[in-house]
Amino acid sequence: MAEVSLQNISRRYGDQVALDDVTMTVPDGAFVVLLGPTGAGKTTTLRMVSGLDKPDVGKVLINGEDVSRHTPAQRNVAMVFQQYSLYPHLSVRQNLAFPLKSPMLRTPEDEITRKVAEVAETLQISHKLDNKATELSGGEMQRVSIGRALVRDLQIYLMDEPLSSLDAKLRSDLRIVLKRIQTSLGATMLYVTHDQIEAMTMATHVGVLDHGKLVQFGPPREIYQNPVSIYAASRLGSPKINILPADVFPAAPGGAHSIGLRPEHIGIGEGAETRVVRVEHLGDQTRLHLSLNGHDLITLTDPHSPLAKGDTLRISPQSPLYFDANGDRIT
Amino acid sequence: MSGFSVTEPSRRQKWIAGVLVITYALVTIMPLLWIIATGFKSPEDAISYPPKVVFQPSLEGYVNLFSSRTRITESMQETLQPAETWYDQVARDSGTVIVGASRYGQRFLNSVVIGFGSTFLAIVFGTTAAYAFSRFKVPLKDDLLFFILSTRMMPPIAVAIPIFLMFRQLGLNDTKLGMILLYTAVNLSLSVWLLKGFIDEIPFEYEEAALIDGYTRFQAFYKVVLPQAATGIASTAIFCLIFAWNEYAFAVLLTSGNAQTAPPFIPTIIGVGGQDWPAVAAGATIFLIPVMIFTILLRKHLLRGITFGAVRK
Ligand SMILES: Nc1ncnc2c1ncn2[C@@H]1O[C@H](COP(=O)(O)OP(=O)(O)O)[C@@H](O)[C@H]1O
Ligand SMILES: [Mg+2]
Repeated sequence: MAEVSLQNISRRYGDQVALDDVTMTVPDGAFVVLLGPTGAGKTTTLRMVSGLDKPDVGKVLINGEDVSRHTPAQRNVAMVFQQYSLYPHLSVRQNLAFPLKSPMLRTPEDEITRKVAEVAETLQISHKLDNKATELSGGEMQRVSIGRALVRDLQIYLMDEPLSSLDAKLRSDLRIVLKRIQTSLGATMLYVTHDQIEAMTMATHVGVLDHGKLVQFGPPREIYQNPVSIYAASRLGSPKINILPADVFPAAPGGAHSIGLRPEHIGIGEGAETRVVRVEHLGDQTRLHLSLNGHDLITLTDPHSPLAKGDTLRISPQSPLYFDANGDRIT
Repeated sequence: MSGFSVTEPSRRQKWIAGVLVITYALVTIMPLLWIIATGFKSPEDAISYPPKVVFQPSLEGYVNLFSSRTRITESMQETLQPAETWYDQVARDSGTVIVGASRYGQRFLNSVVIGFGSTFLAIVFGTTAAYAFSRFKVPLKDDLLFFILSTRMMPPIAVAIPIFLMFRQLGLNDTKLGMILLYTAVNLSLSVWLLKGFIDEIPFEYEEAALIDGYTRFQAFYKVVLPQAATGIASTAIFCLIFAWNEYAFAVLLTSGNAQTAPPFIPTIIGVGGQDWPAVAAGATIFLIPVMIFTILLRKHLLRGITFGAVRK
């Protein structure tokens, strides 16, 4: 059982605002993906929960208990650092065993051996166990770093872009592994990623951060379909949502400044006339780059589309999103 | 093609470098060889001019160093038993008889206790202070660091008189504890500054990782920082030991018997009938050995340490 709750957390570094009045309740067993560009405050959020950093204002609660004064060890969380932070004077095996050997746990030796072997197997680094931590590739370091979090069966895991240095194959393997482990432990996860697939497939909740503000928090589907702003809408979806002036199509509601159209929300056949600028055949889908009165947009069509550069076609919006001049959603 | 390259040095460059290094090594090692050789000379050979390069080796210097002797008078000659040991025999050959051990052994032991004791303390206090300066918000940090360094800016002997008076009040004159404390204090500025440099090089992230992994701040220091600072600690320890081991001025002033170290003692070795140069040289030679062993043991660290962490990423 671990419900994590941030209440009105603010944190500044000098005159940089890292977190600005963030309130968020992460239910027990939730998998929260934090989204936002570099500098949005994702890492700072994880550091607040871990206790490595303290808020200027606000409280952190774990299971309703105020842990603001607890040390990281007392909070009993595991964290995968963005920069790996493997102990350079230790071997991979010793790195993985390190949390189990803490004075708090004092795990018996045979239990350590078993756990380390199991985690190494899961992360496909068994053959590197006797390497020094500094004698690894970036992807291997990252897996050791994940392993160091997973050797302990905890209730709260914090992972800061844990799969970013892995190649596509490993990344998709480990995505499934991590999700499986999290589900089977019933653990609560806070997870930072820039990867669309990770966000959509792993998350039960997505938190969108913008310059230290939590602008939207909810299930990924909801944020995808019902974003509160252009900013939130642009965080999810690949190719990205098309943002055009509201008046390129008729029937825009009053006050609408821009229209947001997901690539799959563009009907082909009738409506405004566009020119095909580029066709990308990706195998399972085909991306059409279109030009509408000088505005670029991307849509999807079936894999065997005969369309070619220079063709014209008519399009119309389906379930469009409208935003005002500030980029906030109106309908 | 110029002979300048950042890649592999040419044969000629290697040759020139080799000659330079060997020449330099010969120049610096000459006095050392001289001392070692003198230790094995007879007193006459030791002061002969021109100096003898080839000589009849003798252990007289070493025997004299460790023993106190008296000249054999004619009246003694009749009652004297034959020499029982080889060192007795060496003494007899030069017309003396051993009447007991000299004080060199005890002075040497003082040097060991005071040298290693003060080095140990300078490292313990230096490491903890350097860690605090490196990691915590210490009020007036820069001023404190400057103050610590400033204790090194004047020659230590400039403060000898106040220290002498202080020691007399505190009953620390001519005690090993007094000398250990004094050398620790003098070495602390060096150890704090050197070690702070090394600890600054160790990113704080490793300690954060240890905090997450269930360790306390102190355990993180012990388990994560110390092992990574080993190089710096080893090279700092060598510098501290060399200072404490060779220190002469304070030792002359503050010790006379009980706690006297080897450096002020060695030059006072008087043989029967004048300065006993072979014994002095033997004393100096033996005195070199502990620092040499210590340095060789830590050499691997020293070489990396001297580059001040430049090899780290
Ligand atoms: N230790 C720090 N010192 C100064 N500024 C910091 C520090 N940590 C974070 N910041 C600033 O806070 C903001 C949020 O940082 P961070 O949480 O690391 O962003 P993200 O992980 O989303 O890229 C950034 O503007 C960053 O420069
Ligand atoms: Mg970050």
